[in-house]
Amino acid sequence: MKSINKKAHLVGNLYSKDIKKVKTRDGYGKGLVKAGEKNKNVVVLCADLSESTRSEWFQKKFPERFVEIGVAEQNMASLASGMAAAGKIAFMSSYAAFSPGRNNEQIRTTISYNSWGSKPGREINVKIAGAHAGISVGPDGATHQALEDVGLMRLQPGMVVIVPCDDVECEKATIAAAETPGPFYLRFGRADYPSITTEKTPFKVGRIEEFRSGKECTIVANGPLVYEALIAAKKLEKEIDCQVLNCHTVKPMDGKTLLAAVKVTGCAVTAEEHQWQGGLAGAVAEFLGENYPVPIKRVGVKDRFGESGNPDELFKAFGLTADDIVKAVRAAVRMKK
Amino acid sequence: MGKPVIKPVPKIDNILKLKLLANQIRQDIINSLAAAGSGHSAGPLGMADVFTALYFNILKHNPKYHFWEGRDRIVLSNGHICPVLYAAMANAGYFPKKELQTLRHYGTRLQGHPHRSTLPGLETTSGPLGSGLSQAAGMAYALQMDKKKNRVFCLMSDGEQECGQTWEAAMFAGKNKLQNLTAFIDRNNIQIDGYTEDIMPLEPLADKYRAFNWHVIEIDANNIPAVINACNEAATIHEKPTLILAHNIPGKGVSFMENDYLWHGKPPTAEEAKVALAELKAWRERIIKDKD
Repeated sequence: MKSINKKAHLVGNLYSKDIKKVKTRDGYGKGLVKAGEKNKNVVVLCADLSESTRSEWFQKKFPERFVEIGVAEQNMASLASGMAAAGKIAFMSSYAAFSPGRNNEQIRTTISYNSWGSKPGREINVKIAGAHAGISVGPDGATHQALEDVGLMRLQPGMVVIVPCDDVECEKATIAAAETPGPFYLRFGRADYPSITTEKTPFKVGRIEEFRSGKECTIVANGPLVYEALIAAKKLEKEIDCQVLNCHTVKPMDGKTLLAAVKVTGCAVTAEEHQWQGGLAGAVAEFLGENYPVPIKRVGVKDRFGESGNPDELFKAFGLTADDIVKAVRAAVRMKK
Repeated sequence: MGKPVIKPVPKIDNILKLKLLANQIRQDIINSLAAAGSGHSAGPLGMADVFTALYFNILKHNPKYHFWEGRDRIVLSNGHICPVLYAAMANAGYFPKKELQTLRHYGTRLQGHPHRSTLPGLETTSGPLGSGLSQAAGMAYALQMDKKKNRVFCLMSDGEQECGQTWEAAMFAGKNKLQNLTAFIDRNNIQIDGYTEDIMPLEPLADKYRAFNWHVIEIDANNIPAVINACNEAATIHEKPTLILAHNIPGKGVSFMENDYLWHGKPPTAEEAKVALAELKAWRERIIKDKD
């Protein structure tokens, strides 16, 4: 654990096989309840997926503030916009494949653009939760495996995009979304992932956290790939000194931290459970390409659709494991002049 | 100094005054469209009487206090008819009337399709069809949740009844008995490519909404008292949203535009605007003489 940033306050048994695994969406459910306790204007809309998105946890506590929409994600987006215009902080939950997959235009017009340029206090406070994102949805197959949602949401002006790395961070992100004005997109998967952060781990919207220090390559990851990145860095520790950054907020990008990091390491690897274009990789490459070009290798889904399988075997088949990150790091370091 | 006590502006009950206002709004529409050089003509002219009734008789609002919590809300779903919304708002005192000449120009607050945060007094951003009823239902639901009495009025086109989302929202409003929601369908039978019943038959619209648990009123929407009566009737309906099927003549008041779908999506040229304004001014004289 010597290179793990102490200020990150990660769990003590990070590299143990017994590390606790928790569904990231559990953090969403807990966060909703806490946000609802803090602020009576918090409401939750759901499109017939209340149990699996954990919206149900809020529903049980605040039934009068829970709105069942049925299978109608387009309606849900614009309804949430209307409720927000009438003073509510509206969370809307579904699977990412449907929301923002199906209702992109409604989010664009009635949420993002509708909020764009608003005076303080008049923002459209809609918080979109895309659950079951990525290939780790598993057996349901490609129709339900959203792999382009971060890209979609990142292109909308004013939209904050957050991909939490575990359940604990997801809870913090949910509460932060409720407390920060404007539209948010929160994205998380279905499977059990290692719970790597703790209550003490710093979390601030728009800020990259360094989880591991290193001088030879920067791995920028989010979602479940943060854990894979830490494992990869550990595997490489006698060969390449890797830094691991948790970039939960894809937008707005914390360019300052990213820049400072690559000025030291001179190369970067991005890692995400998303298409390798348009998401985190896109955001990092755009920023660094313009400000401080360094070799970049991307770990992500390589421009293809998903398929059925168990999350572990899919991670292997699609090249999203720690071993894939190891290979990418070696390639990035080789590209340094 | 405490908070100012905000009161709604007084209603205009005099039908002659309302007719003159509707005529003025039609003239303002023609002027702003001619200055813009693009935009939609027929829809705004057809709905001028509805907007006049709403802004000057029905709506609880105060143009000086855009964000007043006690206000009723207008949600224009078919954003392309915004010239009538802008003209009604300017005449009601939301912004200087001369600004109508900036419609669609660079830097204007009067965007080609309405943008909520650009122009104070707008409740939503709209243009892409089919989303307004959802937004209005969301507002109505939230207001009902807070036990507030404000009404929400949604204006839709007939063409956007072809959008699936409209029916998702209709289902939601019916289920949740949104009695504070009143929706209009601008039933002028035209859309860009032709007549609605040729493009995609919509009838029986009234029965469709009734089947979704709505109260339905059919009116001649070029008759201001009929619009007012329908809105007042809607206020008395409990546990159901109300749909006002607003039959109107697209292009109303300008003979060469009336009932011609080719005028759905284009503005008058300077010459055509002159003719249109002459017709509208002649109509105004007839109103004053109480002949029309």
